Amino acid sequence: MKKTWTKVVVVALSCMMAFVMASCGGGGGSSDAEGGALHIGVIGPFTGGAALYGTAVKNGAELAVNEINANNPDGLQLVMDAQDDEHDAEKSVNAYNKLVDDGMQVLIGPTTSTPATAVAAEADANRTFLLTPSGSSPDVTAGHDNVFQLCFSDPNQGIASAEYMAANFADAKVGVIYKNDDNYSTGIYNKFNAEWEAQGKKVVAAETFTDGVTDFSAQLNSLKNAGADLVFLPIYYDAASNILTQADKMGYAPKFFGCDGMDGILSMEGFDTSLAEGLMLLTPFTPYSEDAKSKAFTEAYQEAYGELPIQFAADSYDCVYAIYDAFQKTGLDASASMADICEALIAQFTGDFVASGITADEMKWNANGEVEKTPKVCEIQDGKYVEK
Amino acid sequence: MAERLLKSVSVRALKGAKRGGQYRREAMIAYGILIVGYLLLQLGAATGLIGMNLQGQFVPICVYMSLAISLNLVVGISGELSLGHAGFMAAGAFTGVVVTRVLEGSLGFAPARLIIALIAAAFVAAIAGFIIGIPILGLRGDYLAIVTLAFGEIIRNFMNVIYFGLDKNGHLLFSFNHAIDGLEDANRVITGPIGATGITKIATFTGATLLTAFTLFVVLNIKNSKQGRAIMAIRDNRIAGESIGLDVKKYKLMAFVVSAALAGMAGCMFGQNYSTLAPVKFNFNTSVLILVFVVLGGIGNIWGSMIAAALLTILPEALRQFSDYRMLTYAIVLILVMICTYNPAIKARITGIMAKINPFKKPKDGGGKTGGRKTGGSKSKKKSGKEEA
Repeated sequence: MKKTWTKVVVVALSCMMAFVMASCGGGGGSSDAEGGALHIGVIGPFTGGAALYGTAVKNGAELAVNEINANNPDGLQLVMDAQDDEHDAEKSVNAYNKLVDDGMQVLIGPTTSTPATAVAAEADANRTFLLTPSGSSPDVTAGHDNVFQLCFSDPNQGIASAEYMAANFADAKVGVIYKNDDNYSTGIYNKFNAEWEAQGKKVVAAETFTDGVTDFSAQLNSLKNAGADLVFLPIYYDAASNILTQADKMGYAPKFFGCDGMDGILSMEGFDTSLAEGLMLLTPFTPYSEDAKSKAFTEAYQEAYGELPIQFAADSYDCVYAIYDAFQKTGLDASASMADICEALIAQFTGDFVASGITADEMKWNANGEVEKTPKVCEIQDGKYVEK
Repeated sequence: MAERLLKSVSVRALKGAKRGGQYRREAMIAYGILIVGYLLLQLGAATGLIGMNLQGQFVPICVYMSLAISLNLVVGISGELSLGHAGFMAAGAFTGVVVTRVLEGSLGFAPARLIIALIAAAFVAAIAGFIIGIPILGLRGDYLAIVTLAFGEIIRNFMNVIYFGLDKNGHLLFSFNHAIDGLEDANRVITGPIGATGITKIATFTGATLLTAFTLFVVLNIKNSKQGRAIMAIRDNRIAGESIGLDVKKYKLMAFVVSAALAGMAGCMFGQNYSTLAPVKFNFNTSVLILVFVVLGGIGNIWGSMIAAALLTILPEALRQFSDYRMLTYAIVLILVMICTYNPAIKARITGIMAKINPFKKPKDGGGKTGGRKTGGSKSKKKSGKEEA
């Protein structure tokens, strides 16, 4: 019995080693064979806690690559290589180096902010063009000329919200509740406040809370007494759900307005979603959109992966098209080096290149690498996002 | 009874005297691995044989080797299970970030900055180790393991609520539990859960190798000193050690604090190798990973844990070919390796096969390096097995 067991282990081990060696050889060969195509690297967490986001980014990019290759078989072809970073800066740098070894020319990703910040420094040193679909922290682009974001950076959501409110709720008395021990929330609020004051208006009341707080009656009372009829909540949906519930209990019914952190409130367990009726939020994409492009994307995504796409998938889908369009304008062919492509794409992105996609009709980039696009605002009606 | 105890202690003392030769061999193998590894990797990188993926792991490999060696001081030599090693790594990493950031304006020479940061990191981690060590070293076995786990998490959570920044004159600002007001993005040093950003990378492969060599030097010398023998005597028989007047708490604390300081230095080197550093990196998983290096390499076996650290750092990257099944394959390989190295029947069989295959092994004490190493490894393992029994 023992002997058989030993044999099994030995056979299993040797099979494994053979497999590793064989696949090593195979991997190297295939990348050479497709030398005529542009190699796009994708990095995101496909395992671990943030796998939902990484997988969506991978699927969205894959969908776009397949579409481009199928629609124009004689034109520029794309090859995609997606590597897992487990939402960890160290693993993300490893994944980046692996992609460079395998001949990557342009990078889409990393998906999450901390890994994106780490990889941005490496990509800057090696001159790789980096477009992150969803690494929204301003740290990602800070100090790097080759790093661009397709999503709004966190603070820029504050500016976008203020602009939207000024255009649509010009006479509103705006109150704010934000989380002052959180970078995301504080960053958005500071920019929002600056922009709102630049418009010649004033926030009537700004209340704060910290991690772990579940009772918001003091903040809500203060806002109610100040007469706020539009409440800006640049916070995540878990705290927002408490605020909505408690406001309803005390009979306070202003208009609520959130950012992309609010996305997910409808699928929160134990929350009465009818309370979210009329809630407005800034989000780049909704699968219920009536827009023709978004609809086609949602259908294709559902067919390929059997689930509704989330905003991360839409972001990376747009990333592929933005790079594809910009690359064709550079006049380079797919055999150009990573560094040459980087410089040419930087010139495009900071120049007059305008990308178009499902998260916005027009996207431009400033010299900091931040995107400039019209924010999409949705309102929750009958338990669904309706675009405004 | 007392006679038997005394006898057992004197036998240990005799063994200690005999350890001189064993120490030399252990030290030679450990330094040999480090030097040969360093030269081979440098050569590979210079000739372009080694790709960027592996080159990027040079510093982390050295860091994990240092961590494994330092944890071996607690787990192997002092015989206590510690699950909070990543906490000390975090203390050192963030100290290093703050120190290098403050010195960046005044001290242009990067290696000097790194050395000062390493010393500061060792100091802070040692203090953390001391504070934690005093109340917990009265505990034993599983209880100690769980308390170290908790303390490791406390250190990490503490990092989640500290904020450091620089004002316009380059002076350090500190804030606890809330962000510093009115600070420009570029002047943030540590921002609570986001951690440190904008770190100037100053860790090099040579620096990291030297750090590993230093860690080796400290641990091997402790192991071979009077104090080290006292620590091991207490591990082997606490009552016997106490009966001949060894201060159990003092020696255990010594091993614990030195281990924490070395982990802090390794953490500092790690932090200087990436442009950003978040506290979440130093969670329980990292502590367990370091413990896995030690267990896989053989508890108490210093060079074994070095090899295990290097292999297990490279393995997940080498398995990238498997794409979706990568982490599954990694787990299976880990289980198989554990079974094969710790099942006596399988081990005997593998040693038998190796003996048949290896032509260098036939002459006594082997002319070939690998043969010599193999016998050394199995002998020392057998010995520790006997001691435990």
